[in-house]
Amino acid sequence: MGDWRLFAAVSAPLAAALMSLLLRRVPAGPPAVSVLAAALQFSVLLSLLPGTLAGLPAETAALPLAAGAALRLRADALGLLFALVSSGLWAVTSVYAAGYLGATGERRLGSFYAYLGVCLSAAAGIALSAGPLAFLVFYEILTLATYPLVIFTGKPAAVAAGRKYLVYALGAGQLLLVATVWALWLAPGAEFVPGGFLAGRASPAALSALFFLFAAAFAVKAAVMPLHGWLPAAMAAPVPVSALLHAVAVVKAGAFGFLRLTGFVFGPALTSDLGAGRVLAWAAAITILVASLRALTESNLKRRLAYSTIGQLSYIVLGAALGSTAAFAAAAFHIAAHGLMKITLFFCAGALYAHAHVEDASQLDGIGRRMPLTMGAFALAALGLAGMPALAGFLVKWNLGWGAADAGRPWFIAVLIASAVLNFAYFFPLVHSAFFKGGGPLRLEEASAALWGPPALTALGALAIGLFPDAGASLYRLAWAAARACAGGAP
Amino acid sequence: MSALPVLIVVTPLVAALAPPLLALASVRAAKAWSLAAQVLCLALSAAALRAVLAGGPLRHALGGWPAPWGIECVLDAFSASLAVLVAGLSVLTGLYAWDWSDRRSPVREGAFQSLFLLLLAGLLGMLATGDLFNLYVFLEIASLSSYALVAAGPGREAPLAAFRYLLLGGAGATFWVLGLGYLYALTGTLNMADLSARWPAIASAPASSAALGLMVAGLALKMPVFPLHGWQPGAYAAAPPQIMPFIASAGSKVMAYAIFRLLAGTLGAEGQAGRALEALAPVGLLSVAAGSVLALTQTDVRRMLAYSSVAQLGLLFVGFSLGGRWAVIGVLWHMLAHAVLKSCLFMAAGSVARRRGSCDLDDFAGLGRTAPLTAACFAAAGLALVGLPPAAGFFGKWYLLRGALDAGAWASVAVVAASGLMTALYVFRVLERIYLSPPPETKRVEPLGPWSAAPMLALAAAAVLLGVFNEPLIAAFIEPAWLAATGGRG
Amino acid sequence: MSAFHYAACGALFLLGLHGLLWRPNLLRKLMALNVLQASVVLFYILLAAKRGASPPVLAGPGPAEAAAFINPLPHALMLTAIVVGAATTGVGLALIIRVHRLFGTLQEPEIVDKLGRS
Repeated sequence: MGDWRLFAAVSAPLAAALMSLLLRRVPAGPPAVSVLAAALQFSVLLSLLPGTLAGLPAETAALPLAAGAALRLRADALGLLFALVSSGLWAVTSVYAAGYLGATGERRLGSFYAYLGVCLSAAAGIALSAGPLAFLVFYEILTLATYPLVIFTGKPAAVAAGRKYLVYALGAGQLLLVATVWALWLAPGAEFVPGGFLAGRASPAALSALFFLFAAAFAVKAAVMPLHGWLPAAMAAPVPVSALLHAVAVVKAGAFGFLRLTGFVFGPALTSDLGAGRVLAWAAAITILVASLRALTESNLKRRLAYSTIGQLSYIVLGAALGSTAAFAAAAFHIAAHGLMKITLFFCAGALYAHAHVEDASQLDGIGRRMPLTMGAFALAALGLAGMPALAGFLVKWNLGWGAADAGRPWFIAVLIASAVLNFAYFFPLVHSAFFKGGGPLRLEEASAALWGPPALTALGALAIGLFPDAGASLYRLAWAAARACAGGAP
Repeated sequence: MSALPVLIVVTPLVAALAPPLLALASVRAAKAWSLAAQVLCLALSAAALRAVLAGGPLRHALGGWPAPWGIECVLDAFSASLAVLVAGLSVLTGLYAWDWSDRRSPVREGAFQSLFLLLLAGLLGMLATGDLFNLYVFLEIASLSSYALVAAGPGREAPLAAFRYLLLGGAGATFWVLGLGYLYALTGTLNMADLSARWPAIASAPASSAALGLMVAGLALKMPVFPLHGWQPGAYAAAPPQIMPFIASAGSKVMAYAIFRLLAGTLGAEGQAGRALEALAPVGLLSVAAGSVLALTQTDVRRMLAYSSVAQLGLLFVGFSLGGRWAVIGVLWHMLAHAVLKSCLFMAAGSVARRRGSCDLDDFAGLGRTAPLTAACFAAAGLALVGLPPAAGFFGKWYLLRGALDAGAWASVAVVAASGLMTALYVFRVLERIYLSPPPETKRVEPLGPWSAAPMLALAAAAVLLGVFNEPLIAAFIEPAWLAATGGRG
Repeated sequence: MSAFHYAACGALFLLGLHGLLWRPNLLRKLMALNVLQASVVLFYILLAAKRGASPPVLAGPGPAEAAAFINPLPHALMLTAIVVGAATTGVGLALIIRVHRLFGTLQEPEIVDKLGRS
């Protein structure tokens, strides 16, 4: 059996999903169950933290799932980091979604929270998977469970987005299936090992092919260009879905896949020997720049955020590709940093839409004076993403810059700087028009607490992990622990 | 000597005599009789499988004539496992069909039950016989009952669909007999085991290749794979919906079994016929591609499922052609998974056809609200067919891919992967209707009776559970079946 | 037996196949199937045929020369095949009657046409 807490962490959201369906007639039932389950999951994960930090991660027994490949869960540093982030943000989203769905007149709370629970269970499974087969199983469950949420509104645009999403995600799933079988065929029974398990198992050409098969599969969920098309379309989903899944759980699963790939399947050394790291890094750099430019041209708030997400996710891909310890740590930490900041932005966009029917950048004039808390949180998160010191984003860019220099590729620092400038360029006008344009008297018309509370909380969270990265859940330490392990203990 | 290989065939054969008479008295009695015979058959098959796994193949020399002169009935792990599967599916289909009835007359219902039992007897006979000509006889028992069952369908198109099936099926059987003639002329034997031992001596003879080509083509016609599938979509759509869960799942598997039995003997033999298995690959690849594309263009869901079978059976050919251990285990698993999943899908489609009189995509609109249970079963089996883990369909692909890597067959890797995506496209086409389109504004919907619902639910649950517990199942049944089928070669 | 016999057999086979696939009339299709089956029956009989040999009936006690007899097995097999063929024809004819009652014709294109219109 091993450590039961890992099973609890994966099954808590699933139990919440079932309960949500059972309690679908009770208005406050599903959100309450969800928050409780999230709190339970988060505390279970926290209890795993000491062992992981001490280098003795908890793990379950290996359950035979297929002949020659077992399913095991393990709370290693990287996995625990992702699990903590998705669990914590799930709790916040559960509160927010109740407010949002209430404000938009949606009554199908039971099924909404049920699908969300399945997604979160899968995300926790992905995070805690000890080997490629378990990872694949949870990855595909996540793909499937997201689909009903993308099409939740049932509007034609949502259905079309759902189709697009399915083709992209299931196509990627087939690639991942082939890649996983291939990797396990080369190294029978292998599990994720810091530093990788594939070195010397096949010819460089075959290993390169395998690497890019994996990379293509993850690139779809991580929205690396040109495989990003589904993400802006998927903004047709309700805002809480975009916030939690399209900023944290789903897209981060892809980005997390890249970290597993370069850190734990191939290892930094092999990745750079194959030359695969360089190709991937350039793909990420191009995505960062093109997505930021594209964000400038989008006036719809959610679509602008989607392109911002595409750019930011590639920070993680870039960090995974560079292969140096600092870059890897930055990438791992960006899972938390970007998660907190982007979810804040989405929450705010949702509050604007649900409360003031604002969807477009042009409608923002003066809104900051009516909804100061919402827009304050928005401004904080936007500045953080752009890389303002003291906020979480800065730490990421700083380490990523160091990592690029360490890896002997300082020109990526230029990419980071350009990206920071572009981030300012597409966020600052929003903040500026919200607070300084439009005139009119100051009238407080803030949204309900369930709508402004969560973004305020996550914005403060972003500030907190920027100022005290090692406090609380020690996310920064986890990121560095994972990075050091992959690099074989070297700083 | 053990009587079990004979008993599993004789039981349904003899039982088939009674239903037409019983139905005159009471239709219920006829159904109960037939269901009891099927349950008995399942019990006997299970006992046979148990005995085989414990003590090796069961043999019975008919009439006391020893093999290879007499006709031998033999069950090994491969055929006994399939016999359990076939008998199990017949029981589930029998339950499903319990509260359907042909309103036209009790005689028809009696005939229907008789034909059902004869079909079962034919398929089990094909599994239990060790003689290639005897296999032809059972093949025709099964086929003739299928033609008649298809013709019993409710629509005007049923007799023509059945007639087309009969023509091509008859031609297929003739191909088999002709090919067998060549083999007999070459070897002087009709016994499967005896023939396997003689392959090395004749494998380089051109006539042996011709024989294999004809025989495989004959069964491939009945299976069917592209481009020999012409009869199948029409027949699947026209047949009585309550028998389709059995015909669509069991029939094709037994044909695949016979093809593989025939070709497994050639494994490792020198010469052209020794590479006969490899020739299946292009047929399989083409079948997967064409079946999937054609499935996407259908508006009748039963026709879509029929083309989907063409594609999925193509995967069996792809796996057989690789011949290696994991490829064959993948094939055997896929046979099991596909049988369970297609059966469940046809039960769901049948329930729709029963309620609405047709089975078009539009008839599935809003099913998620009007018939949540049927919808959920269709969704579960459909997603399992796509191969989403940890459902049953996933592991067939998993092992097939492993086998393809063992063989270095990259085209097969690509096709197995592509087939998953293509399957998703046509399955989600239906799922979208089920869950997103508004239900049509028509008369009230009668709920599904427990007799129809229970087997469908059981199969939907099996779609997931089989996958989760694939590892012990493979160790207990599939590995012995693989050993029995190939003798550990390849 | 000579190549001529086998060639005739093959010609019958192809004739049957052609009729089965391309004739529009259902009854002719069924007859073509019969021709196809008959060609295979002849093929088996040719396999067994032997000049100057007698049917395998023992004239009296004592050992017999196997080479003096024809092989009875193909004949036995073909008896079975003929029975199967007859059964197939029977089912086929029954279906043809049903089709004719429903559509009033046995020309396949016409039937398809009528089905399409209904």
